[in-house]
Amino acid sequence: MFAAELLVAQNIGFAVIALLMIIGALRVVTTNNVVHAALWLVVVLSGAAAQYVLLAAEFVAVTQVLVYIGAVMVLFLFGTMLTRARIGAERDLNNPYWRLGIPVAGVLFAAMAIATVSSFGDEQLPADARVVSVAEISDQIFGPYLLPFWALSFVLLAAIIGAIVLARKD
Amino acid sequence: MLTSQFLLLGAVLFCIGVYGVIARKNAVLVLMSIELILNSVNINLLAFALRNGSADGHTFALYIIAVAAAEVGVGLALVLLVYRNRRSIALDELSEMRG
Repeated sequence: MFAAELLVAQNIGFAVIALLMIIGALRVVTTNNVVHAALWLVVVLSGAAAQYVLLAAEFVAVTQVLVYIGAVMVLFLFGTMLTRARIGAERDLNNPYWRLGIPVAGVLFAAMAIATVSSFGDEQLPADARVVSVAEISDQIFGPYLLPFWALSFVLLAAIIGAIVLARKD
Repeated sequence: MLTSQFLLLGAVLFCIGVYGVIARKNAVLVLMSIELILNSVNINLLAFALRNGSADGHTFALYIIAVAAAEVGVGLALVLLVYRNRRSIALDELSEMRG
């Protein structure tokens, strides 16, 4: 009884957050104001963090809030303000052939939706999911997935050096 | 909760991101659309992690977040450099390498 009510609450939460995320994502790709696009992106990223909590991935959700909403959004706003003289609505943010994107995205979505529905149909996620602990994730990172972690460290190092070299005024 | 509801949400976000990459001319907006794509992949990974009861998806979701942060850092540095040289970040004006 209690589990069923929880499931209904989860589904309602999913629907509301998913709707917000889709509206936010559509505004990101359609708005005429770069700063507004960045703020709508915050809505999408926060919604994604909420979905991660629904998926029993708390550590990833916290990381999402810290890294994406904390750091990446600040970078985006800096990038916006450093590369344009004025903040506000403007024309000319779209390509002349922007309409081409609609059929491409539509066909892509149709393919993915058909594949998803035919493979998973109405398969239920396990309702009694345990939360994956941080210790378990760290055992994964420093155990079987150590090599990707090293590669990632080099990628981050290269990105830091590259960003400094590129953005330096000399 | 169904497995497919999360996968469909990921698919919707992915397609909106692809549309943004195709339709947008401003380089910063293209980078934002790429962020949408990366987030949709993360939702998929975590849905499969819950479905299979393993932590592998969490690990790779974290790796994707780190790669996305690196990508945004380098991408915005590049955009800044292009802006400094061209006073514009419209991607269709960068055509010097056209043969």
